[in-house]
Amino acid sequence: MTRYSLAALEEHQKEVYSKTIFGFWLYLMTDCLLFATLFASYVVLHPNTFGGPTSQQIFNLPYVLTETIILLTSSFVSGLGILFVHRNRKNNVLFCFILTFLLGLAFLVLELNEFGHLIEQGYSWKRSAFLSAYFTLVGTHGLHITIGLLWIVVLMIQIGASGLVFDNVKRLMCLSIFWHFLDIIWIFIFTIVYLMGTIP
Amino acid sequence: MKKAFRTFEEGLTSQRGTIELYGIGFIFSLLLTLTSYFFVSYQWLEGWSLILTIIFLGIIQMVVQLLCFLHLDSEPKPRWNLISFLFMSLVVFILVGGSLWIMWNLEGRVMPHTHLDLHHQPGF
Repeated sequence: MTRYSLAALEEHQKEVYSKTIFGFWLYLMTDCLLFATLFASYVVLHPNTFGGPTSQQIFNLPYVLTETIILLTSSFVSGLGILFVHRNRKNNVLFCFILTFLLGLAFLVLELNEFGHLIEQGYSWKRSAFLSAYFTLVGTHGLHITIGLLWIVVLMIQIGASGLVFDNVKRLMCLSIFWHFLDIIWIFIFTIVYLMGTIP
Repeated sequence: MKKAFRTFEEGLTSQRGTIELYGIGFIFSLLLTLTSYFFVSYQWLEGWSLILTIIFLGIIQMVVQLLCFLHLDSEPKPRWNLISFLFMSLVVFILVGGSLWIMWNLEGRVMPHTHLDLHHQPGF
């Protein structure tokens, strides 16, 4: 039981596995629709600053580029973690996902720092429709990241305790899909909110 | 569904290729991110051509990550992951495209007055 061979799964386990992954994939597709509505309202409300700051005045592109690269790296490292699952190397898997966690945490701290900085200047979600839409869209992504970080912690404890058993591998695969998905959403936040918001 | 049977069985035999795939995905994503960043910060283009270019680069990066990180291209038939993804894309297109279409039309007809009113009455 210490070594767990992925190739030697029983037929019903394969069935459970592929159904779980597909179900989780469908959840992510509906989550995309949630983000699509937030993107649509953001783009519509973007010019409505009500005398408050415009997006050109509050966004700091190099700062956001740093966040983007950190999140992209964490997505890549979680993928490496999955490769180690197939090689059945528990310690490497733990190492990769702890690194993913730290990078994700760095991203979240940078984002909260950015939010805090805006609120300090009086540019909170109460200021204008543009800022409400901005905080809702970026905040929802940040909330997903927070949930993902909690998930990583719980799963690493489970893997530390019982190793790469079937249930843990299944959960780890869902987690990695979730994490890659959040990075794909971030590409569009980076492009539509930050890059397009900085164009004069 | 590469994440299912494919990865279980082939993942054990073709690990080198998969590591390369993740590496390629990472490097391409990084390059695409930096390209859009430089397009905007150095103003290589202007107006709509700049906006369309960075959206195009964003969509390419999404495709790169779907192929290299989520392996959407290599699921066995029937390709339910791909089909549900395409259906989601259609709904997103209708939702976002439709909202923008309606709101921009509305803005052309109604919004200028509203803007003026709001500016004249800051406490509104």
